[in-house]
Amino acid sequence: MTTDRADVESLLPLPPATFHILLALADQDRHGYAIIQDIEARTSGELRLSAGTLYRSIARMVEQGLIAEVTRRPPAAADDGRRRYYRVTPFGRAVARAEMGRLAQLVRLARARGLTPETA
Amino acid sequence: MRLYRALLRLYPSGYRQEYGEELLATFVDKARERTGLLAPLRNALAAAGDVVPNALLVHADLLHQDLRHAVRSLARTPGFALTVVLVVALGVGANTAAFSLADFVLLRPLPFREPDRLVKLWQATPGYGRFQLSPANYRDWRAAARSFEGIAGYTNRQANLVGTSEPERLEIARATPELFGLLGVPPLLGRVVSPADSAAGQVTVLGYALWQRRFGGDPRVLGSTVRLDGEPHTVIGVMPPTFRFPSRETDAWTPLIFTPDDYLDRNDNYIYGIARLGGGISLSRASAEMETIARNLERQFPEENKDTRAVVLGLRDDLSEGSRLLVLALCGAALCILLLACANLASLLLVRATGRARELAVRAALGAGPERLVRQLVTESLALAALGGGLGVAIALVGTPLLGRLVPATLPVTDEPSANLPMLIAAVMLTVLTGLSFGVGPAVAAARSRSFDALRDGARAGGGRTRRVRAGLIVTEVAASAALLVSSGLLLRAVDRLHSVDPGFRAENVLTLSTALPWAKYLLTERREQFYDRVLAEVRALPGVESAAYVTGLPMRLRGGIFPVAIAGEARVADATNSVGLRAVTPQYFTALDIPLREGRDVGERDTRRTPLVAVVSRSFAQRYWPDRSPIGMRFTVAGEERSIVGVVGDVRTRGLERQSEPQVYIPSAQMADSAIMFYAPKDLVVRSGSAEAALLPAVRRIIGAADAEQPISDARLLSEIVADETAPRVTQVRLLGALSGIALLIAGLGIHGLLAFAVSRRTRELGVRRALGEATGSLVGRVLREGLLLSLVGVALGIAAAYLAARAMGALLAGVAPADPATLVAAAALCLATALLGGLRPAIRAARVDPVVALREE
Repeated sequence: MTTDRADVESLLPLPPATFHILLALADQDRHGYAIIQDIEARTSGELRLSAGTLYRSIARMVEQGLIAEVTRRPPAAADDGRRRYYRVTPFGRAVARAEMGRLAQLVRLARARGLTPETA
Repeated sequence: MRLYRALLRLYPSGYRQEYGEELLATFVDKARERTGLLAPLRNALAAAGDVVPNALLVHADLLHQDLRHAVRSLARTPGFALTVVLVVALGVGANTAAFSLADFVLLRPLPFREPDRLVKLWQATPGYGRFQLSPANYRDWRAAARSFEGIAGYTNRQANLVGTSEPERLEIARATPELFGLLGVPPLLGRVVSPADSAAGQVTVLGYALWQRRFGGDPRVLGSTVRLDGEPHTVIGVMPPTFRFPSRETDAWTPLIFTPDDYLDRNDNYIYGIARLGGGISLSRASAEMETIARNLERQFPEENKDTRAVVLGLRDDLSEGSRLLVLALCGAALCILLLACANLASLLLVRATGRARELAVRAALGAGPERLVRQLVTESLALAALGGGLGVAIALVGTPLLGRLVPATLPVTDEPSANLPMLIAAVMLTVLTGLSFGVGPAVAAARSRSFDALRDGARAGGGRTRRVRAGLIVTEVAASAALLVSSGLLLRAVDRLHSVDPGFRAENVLTLSTALPWAKYLLTERREQFYDRVLAEVRALPGVESAAYVTGLPMRLRGGIFPVAIAGEARVADATNSVGLRAVTPQYFTALDIPLREGRDVGERDTRRTPLVAVVSRSFAQRYWPDRSPIGMRFTVAGEERSIVGVVGDVRTRGLERQSEPQVYIPSAQMADSAIMFYAPKDLVVRSGSAEAALLPAVRRIIGAADAEQPISDARLLSEIVADETAPRVTQVRLLGALSGIALLIAGLGIHGLLAFAVSRRTRELGVRRALGEATGSLVGRVLREGLLLSLVGVALGIAAAYLAARAMGALLAGVAPADPATLVAAAALCLATALLGGLRPAIRAARVDPVVALREE
């Protein structure tokens, strides 16, 4: 599947929850609850998704082709039989990277104007 | 957990199946984090707070998705979308408008207290179904009747209002003091007429419109004096805007006071009776009582009250049958359109849904559940219905007030008809229901069949059942349009027939206007004649004027004005069967209206009170009494004076084109006795000119102003307009029905085209095989057309049958045209079949062009 630049651009900017879900799935496949936990941990509890909100995002992201359900389970130890695991698709990665670039560009612009973050 | 599981039902079922378990598991995991005493409560709150908003958002997402899908798929077939929207709009619009009008005219309670108990009282004599009462009969009925809580009488008159601004002619209702209490409407300001006023001086109650127009809505008008026909009247009250009794034109009310003289002539009928039924008394019981009273009076006054009966009619039913039928016919037509719209919608959607079976099967194969597909189709149908319904509502809102012409002027209500909400909702619901049942049903059936047949190329969806439905739809569409066509054809013929009725005079190039001379000032005949002579002499001198005259009332405006006559030397009694239309005229009246003089002479300048009393009569009058000899010189008595006949003129349709009129008697206005039969004093001026009659008006106004500066001029019109008014409601109705029929034909044609095209495309393979086997092109075309024509024939037959029944029911509107008028039937049937042929032509040609190779390869 070739990732079309226009397809990627059309999804930007990403809603924060979407970006966080992509981040949570960047290093490993996870199931829903694991995604929530990961996001909570990384944002120090600032972003706490409810089950409903999470799956609404997941449903949309599956439809948009950003993530996909994995049929092959991770190593048995981490497996929880009931659970469905999700993985970032190459398209999803491209979109995440593009969002990163967009944010980085924004930060660069802000710095060039002499703005500094609140806490260093 | 159970709560969460239950709440999950709020999600769309497809979504629930996909993510329900996961949602639950995740929620359970999260719930484990919550500990402590209040954990269950917090979990419950979290469950509700999580599911409810998210479920709604998922629904919204789906709706948004479906709408986008619907817009895209409809944009791919704009013809279909546009047709559906227009058909729905038309069905909703026409029905809402028609039934709102029907509700307005026939059903809505009149703006009086307990209007169901209000009835009108009429006298009936042979030849006159509803006749006004004479004061004496009114008095005797009132004294004898026990069925009513109250009885009141009123009569209409015009009066000149002279004051600060330009003189104006007012429509006044003179009413007995009981009227206001009977109707139960309190005044807006001041008080209404009371029995005490009858004895005291002159008072008047103003209508709201007059109060606003002439007095700027100033409440200080109470107690002030206005001059009506020169007589001072004290304003004692103002009625609210909704009070428009007895008609919408009424400007003000004055007390009706009978003097002993008024009771003398039992055949001087000018009182309208209105009554309120007593509590628990039915209309039929009241009618029975009145019947007895009328018979008793006949025994007491065998001559004057010969064959005089009493008629009691509900106030709402007092409308003429014609007005009622005009509205009902429109409703019938609207129903036809609705039927047609629904059938058309059904066929369009059926064709589309069956054609989409493949698309749906593909989507089902890709994992979309039937619930998801139905949801999508419902969204699409509803979007179409909403668009069409919206447009229909707009049509109804704009259209209903335009139907105001069909509202009879005698209906005592203020406002114009407006679109009616319940009707609107009903019409929208019906179309939506049709849309859903035909748009979704077949598609779902196709998708649910789960067979992958539909995926195969060249599949022929729809077997015998679809075929039967299709046939039914074609028959319905043709039947509805045929019924509509026949009905409007018949009504068109009726209007045609009325237009070809000779009114007895020539209306072209005649200017008319009214100068109702106030009785008090012009009680003496000589004073009136001075006025007429001066005005007529100057008007006749105007360039272009050929003749000018004054008359009691214009034909078709003054329909009554009838008087009994007695023939000298004959035993016939002067009763209603001997009545004539009496008119007082100045010389030149017959030339001005181009009423042919058959025999003898016109009324002349020399006919005065000092010369023998004469009269000119119409031909039917002469034939009634002297069928086999010349009536010239014959003598008869009318309005208490014996006259001899000096001339015979043609008959005039004084009562309008649709009714028989009494024979006419014309007396010279100069021969009227002083202060006698003042009602007949001429007030209408008629001016015939070579051309440009309307341009004369300013000059005529100046002449009248110079003759009497206080004299108002009203009703300046062309005589041709008055004649056109006769048929105006009918013409409006026929135009409406004609437009509806045209649209119906178009809809039916489109529907037939769609259904046949669909049939042809389903039969491509069969047609290809026939072609390959050597069947001729002509035969193939015939095969397709035949199907359409046969079904249309059935439809036409049904439609004509329905129209015949409808026509018999509206016989009163047909002006003598037979319900089975052959010309109309043939024309309508031909039009329907031609439309069917036209609709079938393209599909037939396509059938003939089927390339056998391609058709077979598709398999």
